[in-house]
Amino acid sequence: MIEIKPLATRTVDARGSFCPGPLMELIRAIREGQVGDVITVLSSDKGSKIDIPKWVEKAGHRLIAVESRDGFDEIVIEKVR
Amino acid sequence: MKRILILGGGVGGTLTANLLARKLKGRIDRGEVEITLVDAAGAHVYQPGFMYIAMGGERESRLSRPERSLLDARIHLVVGTATRVDEGAGAVILADGTALPYDELILSTGSRILPEKIDHFEAEAQHFYTAAGALRLRHALDAFTGGRVVVGIASMPYKCPPAPLEVAFLIEAELRERGLREASEIHFCSPIGRAFTIESVSDMATPILEEKGIELHTFFNVEAIDPERKVILSLEGEELPYDLLVLVPPHKGQQFLIDSGLAPAPGGWLPTDRHTLRVGGRPNVFALGDATDLPLSKAGSTAHFEAPIVVEGVLAHLDGREPAGKHAAYAGNVMCFFEVGDGKGTLLRFDYDHPPKPPKPNAFWHLGKIVFNKTYFHTVPRGRV
Repeated sequence: MIEIKPLATRTVDARGSFCPGPLMELIRAIREGQVGDVITVLSSDKGSKIDIPKWVEKAGHRLIAVESRDGFDEIVIEKVR
Repeated sequence: MKRILILGGGVGGTLTANLLARKLKGRIDRGEVEITLVDAAGAHVYQPGFMYIAMGGERESRLSRPERSLLDARIHLVVGTATRVDEGAGAVILADGTALPYDELILSTGSRILPEKIDHFEAEAQHFYTAAGALRLRHALDAFTGGRVVVGIASMPYKCPPAPLEVAFLIEAELRERGLREASEIHFCSPIGRAFTIESVSDMATPILEEKGIELHTFFNVEAIDPERKVILSLEGEELPYDLLVLVPPHKGQQFLIDSGLAPAPGGWLPTDRHTLRVGGRPNVFALGDATDLPLSKAGSTAHFEAPIVVEGVLAHLDGREPAGKHAAYAGNVMCFFEVGDGKGTLLRFDYDHPPKPPKPNAFWHLGKIVFNKTYFHTVPRGRV
């Protein structure tokens, strides 16, 4: 079965960020976005692929994908509420 | 005549102006270049001192100097409020209608706090992001006789990331000294999955929270205050009761930057190149300090390290060359002190590629912060350090 990924409505390029961190950038995008927005976070912080899914679960949004790229991770989230 | 226009008389604007005046001394004296700095109040305020109004006996009068007294005599100071950047005309328009033309524009317009964005913030919560707010927190602490203290962060980004943790540590130490610790609970709400954004700093701070009996609540982004039930509610769906609520208010960039098409709504942070500090690819518009959208601490230290990069960028553009030398590109350098209470502190020093390795908290770094605070007006804005 082929999974069709929704097109990102916004990309947060947080590569190279340690402080305030990619999660902070994502939370900003979530607060500024609309329900249904698909946000792609690019992060070279190794903690992001752990922290962001944890936050997404707690905050009740939808994790669409976590993929490793060349030197960074791409995490795709849908704002659900 | 080339006109360099700087908006904002905080750390970034003042230091950039003074460094430029030093580099361009001859050209200014020959009438080839003019530097103008616009500041809404005409006063330079040392904002990190606000926390010490609440927690350390600091006075507001000691935290401010006339902007003119800090600027090189070659710099024109205009006291006024910028309301629009007219890029087509190459001018900044002030509230009184004055148009200030520019060839090079430096935006060091800072951030602003918006407590009113959270209902009941003003009536229910304390903060330390203005002198008046910090004094009000001091009075609330004086009147506090025990109960639940909640220290939290309304939204991100905000100024001086370590400050809320520092305040939690300092309140804990004070309540202990006043014999109120047994009668109190202290809760610290972090918007992310740990005590601090940077993992190494979090690893340093978390055992201190545990040792001091401060309860950590992670992934708690403040959404609302319920004054009837005296609880705060999070974006993630949790709630916490409080007797004394200390909250970092929401922060945003300047509205006129959004209105001028330079910064996107609703945040108002300027899209800034992380190395050149140019805004949105414009060759002659630069940003530094809190005003940028860079994923870094909104702190005077950031502006302090960015100023020489902006100076080199402006000089290079004036001369029609590429930025060169050690200030050609910003590496994300930041350095800040971090109080942990009981007369101890540590130091956070990092850049884009190197996270901080904070030394074990000790009296030296606490004293370092105090000395820095006391000597600030003689050093940083004048470009002496």
